[in-house]
Amino acid sequence: MSHLLDRLNFLQSKELGRFANGHGQLTRENRDWEDTYRNRWRHDKIVRSTHGVNCTGSCSWKIYVKSGIVTWETQQTDYPRTRADLPNHEPRGCARGASYSWYLYSANRVKNPLIRGKLMKIWREMRKTMDPIAAWTKLQGDPILRASYVTSRGKGGFVRASWDEATEITAAANAYTARTYGPDRVFGFSPIPAMSMVSYAAGTRYLSLLGGTCMSFYDWYCDLPPASPMTWGEQTDVPESADWYNAGFLLIWGSNVPQTRTPDAHFYTEARYRGTKSAVICPDYSEAAKFGDVWLAPQQGTDAALAMAMGHVILREFHLDRQAEYFEDYCRKYTDLPMLVRMEEKDGRLVPGRFLRADDFDGKLGEDNNPEWKTIALDGTSGSYVAPNGSIGYRWGEDGEWNLEERAKGAETELKMSLVLDEDHDDVVGVDFPYFGGVATENFVRCDHPDVLTRNIPVKTVKLADGEAQVATVFDLFCANYGLDRGLGGDWVASDYGADIPYTPKWAEKITGVPADKIATVAREFALNAEKTNGKSMVILGAGLNHWYHMDMSYRGIINMLVMCGCIGQSGGGWSHYVGQEKLRPQTGWQPLAFALDWGRPPRHMNATSAWYAHTDQWRYETLSADEILSPTAPAGDWDASMIDYNIRAERMGWLPSAPQLKQNPLEVAKAAKEAGQEPRDYIAGKLKSGELDMSCEDPDAPENWPRNLFVWRSNLLGSSGKGHEYFLRHLLGTDNGVLGKDLGEEGRQKPKEARWHDAAPEGKLDLLVTIDFRMSTTAVYSDIVLPTASWYEKNDLNTSDMHPFIHPLQAAVDPAYESKSDWEIFKAIAKKFQEIVPGYLGQETDVVALPILHDTPAEIAQDQVRDWKKGECDLIPGKTAPNYIAVERDYTAIYDRFTALGPLMDEIGNGGKGIAWDTKVEVQHLRELNGVHRDGPAKGLARIDTDIDATEVILMLAPETNGEVAVKAWDQLSKATGREHRHLAEGQEHVKIRFRDIAAQPRKIISSPTWSGIESEEVCYNAGYTNVHELIPWRTLTGRQQLYQDHLWMRAFGEGFVSYRPPVDLKTITRDVQDAGDSLVLNFITPHQKWGIHSTYSDNLLMLTLNRGGPVVWISEVDAKKAGIEDNDWIEAYNVNGALTARAVVSQRMREGTVFMYHAQEKIVNTPGSEKTGLRGGIHNSVTRTVLKPTHMIGGYAQQSYGFNYYGTVGANRDEFVIVRKMKKVDWLDQEATGKEAAQ
Amino acid sequence: MHHFLFGIYPYIALTVLIFGSIARYESEPFTWKSSSSQLLRRRQLIIGSVLFHVGVLVIFFGHLIGLLTPIWVFDALGISHGAKQLLAVIAGGVAGVMALVGGGILFHRRWTDPRIRRTSSFADIGILALLLAQLVLGVGTIFVSLQHLDGHEMTRFMAWAQGIFTFDGQAASYIEDVALVFKLHLFLGLTIFLLFPFTRLVHMLSVPLRYLWRPGYQIVRSRRKTPAE
Repeated sequence: MSHLLDRLNFLQSKELGRFANGHGQLTRENRDWEDTYRNRWRHDKIVRSTHGVNCTGSCSWKIYVKSGIVTWETQQTDYPRTRADLPNHEPRGCARGASYSWYLYSANRVKNPLIRGKLMKIWREMRKTMDPIAAWTKLQGDPILRASYVTSRGKGGFVRASWDEATEITAAANAYTARTYGPDRVFGFSPIPAMSMVSYAAGTRYLSLLGGTCMSFYDWYCDLPPASPMTWGEQTDVPESADWYNAGFLLIWGSNVPQTRTPDAHFYTEARYRGTKSAVICPDYSEAAKFGDVWLAPQQGTDAALAMAMGHVILREFHLDRQAEYFEDYCRKYTDLPMLVRMEEKDGRLVPGRFLRADDFDGKLGEDNNPEWKTIALDGTSGSYVAPNGSIGYRWGEDGEWNLEERAKGAETELKMSLVLDEDHDDVVGVDFPYFGGVATENFVRCDHPDVLTRNIPVKTVKLADGEAQVATVFDLFCANYGLDRGLGGDWVASDYGADIPYTPKWAEKITGVPADKIATVAREFALNAEKTNGKSMVILGAGLNHWYHMDMSYRGIINMLVMCGCIGQSGGGWSHYVGQEKLRPQTGWQPLAFALDWGRPPRHMNATSAWYAHTDQWRYETLSADEILSPTAPAGDWDASMIDYNIRAERMGWLPSAPQLKQNPLEVAKAAKEAGQEPRDYIAGKLKSGELDMSCEDPDAPENWPRNLFVWRSNLLGSSGKGHEYFLRHLLGTDNGVLGKDLGEEGRQKPKEARWHDAAPEGKLDLLVTIDFRMSTTAVYSDIVLPTASWYEKNDLNTSDMHPFIHPLQAAVDPAYESKSDWEIFKAIAKKFQEIVPGYLGQETDVVALPILHDTPAEIAQDQVRDWKKGECDLIPGKTAPNYIAVERDYTAIYDRFTALGPLMDEIGNGGKGIAWDTKVEVQHLRELNGVHRDGPAKGLARIDTDIDATEVILMLAPETNGEVAVKAWDQLSKATGREHRHLAEGQEHVKIRFRDIAAQPRKIISSPTWSGIESEEVCYNAGYTNVHELIPWRTLTGRQQLYQDHLWMRAFGEGFVSYRPPVDLKTITRDVQDAGDSLVLNFITPHQKWGIHSTYSDNLLMLTLNRGGPVVWISEVDAKKAGIEDNDWIEAYNVNGALTARAVVSQRMREGTVFMYHAQEKIVNTPGSEKTGLRGGIHNSVTRTVLKPTHMIGGYAQQSYGFNYYGTVGANRDEFVIVRKMKKVDWLDQEATGKEAAQ
Repeated sequence: MHHFLFGIYPYIALTVLIFGSIARYESEPFTWKSSSSQLLRRRQLIIGSVLFHVGVLVIFFGHLIGLLTPIWVFDALGISHGAKQLLAVIAGGVAGVMALVGGGILFHRRWTDPRIRRTSSFADIGILALLLAQLVLGVGTIFVSLQHLDGHEMTRFMAWAQGIFTFDGQAASYIEDVALVFKLHLFLGLTIFLLFPFTRLVHMLSVPLRYLWRPGYQIVRSRRKTPAE
């Protein structure tokens, strides 16, 4: 009762007894104080949820709720058990996730809808006399009023608003934009659906019903490795982390596993206990480095040289001097190495040309269906030229031969890999290979080998329809490309690792700094292990390599090593590229919900890299010209164009998507077509040819072509991924910015040929920026409207990852705090408001959607030759030589009704993915029964999707991964194409249907599905390429095999037919103009992932800030620090023509001289002082970057090199950047009080 | 005024000391602690803390015994007033200097270490400053005491202190004409009593003396009232 009285017991003995020979004492004491601690950890309930943060962890967590408040979280430990002999998955979770509950009640939480005060004031004034759409029209028509709020972006002044008002402005802006310019001017950016599928789908469903543009992210983040679709026709498919344990040799290459794959790192440790050998390759002494038996530290950006040298060793020792049986067998069956390539003549010299095709032969080798898409090899059994099964020509237009059986035209074959034996070749000829080692900038090692290396190749002469030609196998060219001497004479080949000839270990030592003997040893052990274990050698790699401009070279170099050693598709082996959480396991079930495919097809998808490059006007500052990266062996052609010109050509030829699509409003175009009595497709084709209609890409700065509205949700575009941050601020937003350089016009440089140049660049293209977030991020700070969303503990959703095979939920442990709502409810509210205000302005309309030539559709074999209709090289045929133009019916007065109902197309057309389609009538009926049906209105009789849980059920019901019945259907459909039985992969699970409440009880393992190339089974872990190797399903490439030679014209022109070493490019961002006298420390700016945050999330979290230095930091080496007089914890400034940033210096022995690390995405809203260079607050890591496009990523209409959303396309590289680093003289926090005038405003 | 400061204020201070401490112990038991900053920085703490605590404990018990032991006890033991005063001056002086040096180190540490400074409350710094001031005053009285070594003045303080505890209404008058430095020292001492319940000084009352003779290495607290149950 009373603490004091309870203690007044001095007269009573406290001792009750002794034990342990008197060392222990049993006492009598008051124990009430213990209740305090017991109550501290007492809670009302535990709810399962997770963090939607794109860390790939996808860890299930227990969320504790006490008195209606989320108090803390701990790791769940109830994952389904793995097999015997394999460690379990738990514990999964890291310090970052454990700190999340801090956000819910923090000061940084967005609590109410916020509107920029200046905008709100104008809006209220206008609304007194006008309806919402009229008010927005009037406001946009008045340049002074528009500028008043546009120029104040990022400068504070938010006012609390009601949901009604915030959604009304948003809906009015969307409606005005759709009506005035076209719905494709409404952009939405949200990344990584796998981290919260329903939240993603909420926004894209709304946009897709409207006709708005969904922006891609995986390519923009530069996490997409284009080498993967090039080689495998697959976006990215990787082994789960548990499979590391099965590896015999783990090569960790530029991936900091303990730091950035924290919940998975235990498998790495456990693999080491099992005896797995490991080599770690990274330039800095990272946390991963200490796991390795050996640490190789190449100079940053030279990984391709290392990979080439390792490939050189593997080929020499396992394919040439001695043929490892397993490797040879694997390469013959599963790679394009036996395929034949035609030699082409250029200026009297020979270069590798296109793959030989059935079409090249007289009589087309008897192939009527797609002969130009069937590649040819020499069959050792019959001694004749054959078109082996599985190439892409077999995929479309016929059934049953698209497989990897060793057959051609029904006959068994054994393909010849090499023609090196005297009896196999007719001649040995010199063939030219480009060599780029000589173009390195002064920051990298420059070699003095010539830029063209001629090597001897054994060729066969073959009589073709157009005359005789010389052909060689890919394998023979491949070995020559690696500089291997095969006794054929000639130059630039070596039989000695110590020779200074490109791609020997000695040569690589010069470039990378890694000793030649170590290169040879690691390569040898990697291959030897693979030989002994049938492919259990694995490479774990990540963004560290992929963010370089020439990322394809290091990736293909590594992939080649894996393929040569037969590691792809084998459990315990393979290519483990871990970057973002892109694996949306129930993808095909989710797509109809996300892109409203149940109401209209196709949706508008845009590759974000090209869009931001154009719309933030980064192209106006482009200094990298095509001739700097063009191959000296390029075929003749009009290659002298700027990067944006290449992108325009790609859009025109239907290779890449466009946003906006036409300069004219597509709603008006459809009307005009109707009036002309033509199909929109034909009408547009005609008018494009005559020049009466224009593609928007040709003039990105014309006001008709600006993106007008932008939604950003589940993202911090401006604080995290926005490469060229300052250009975003200047051109897209039109506010204060730190751009320090000048554009091409001001500099007097060569301007683009095809993009129209405006002398005055537009500033402030966006009419409205709406950000939806739970925290006040950098993007929110720059927005016009900020809407408060539910946190990850306040909504119901789904989450998957590539690191493990489970699907598990986010759940509402508590209701959304303050005035926040879930993303699903927010977009519902906007849709409802839109539907209310739009009558009189828009009704039932026909929209025309431009669709690029898509991968995994019959159209992907559209262009076996590159022909531009605009140059008169071919006719404009929509869907063949240009984008397809497809009419889509929209009902703007029923957006909300459609949003909340599963539309009729699921019954009428069904569903599918990756080239196969199946019927979904049964599933749709099940959804009607499960979710209920709408009783009246435009969605009468259709299944309801009212709540976020309803939405999850749609995904789970339609996806083969979570509905066994669908999985069986899907495998059966694939069997039709391959002519092989696949149903056994899912048959036992036909009656398994995973519901939301199932995963709320426990994470569930998904069901094997043809959407993915791995399987879920009791025998093996999930591993990419498994079904290709074990089920003989072709890779979705031109040759149907793992394709190590890329024969597209542009690939050859840019010297990337075969892999080579290409040094980082010169971005020319350190100019004499920008560099201040006395600043001499120039460092390579590297932006790896951090320890105390996941992207920008947690970087503003007090708990995480406390664990590090409480604000932005960069890491530099002791040597560099000394040069610039910088000591640990000093404030420094880093700058170049793109802008400037401020941070504290961490001076560390970990760092390699010549580089500066800035962990990416540290929020500039926390402890960031002003920059002396720009006079503005700090800047973020992207303030000193600008993205650069690469033409080879734009290729389309060519089998695996065809566009897919987040699948293929330009990627936002930023790692070749250099900055000047200097110690700050004066740290100015820019926190003086506002003047009276500012305050009054 | 003199009567208030030395006749009434002592009762106010002692009342607040007693009831304030009880109230804090009852209502905020988890604030009853020494708020050690050892975790933040060990340097300076050990030497400073040991000097300070040993010094202060000697002074505290010296004052307690010296002031509250009835004068006849000393007479009976045959200790002259002068000898007692000399003892007090020497022992108090040595302990006072120890405490002053130790306290100075602690104050320097608390004031200059940014982490300790940030985690210190106003009361933490204030009470240390007051204790230091009191120590300066206390050591300062030695110089006055050395002017008259007969111990007469000392007996007046004893009479006052004992008068307070025996509710002698005239207690204040016994020290009416002592030197100013003594009065300041007394007043500040009473003020420290007054502030005691609101500061970390309360940890004095919870010194875990029992640990000194507790035998076991492993303590099991029983939920049972008696061993038999």
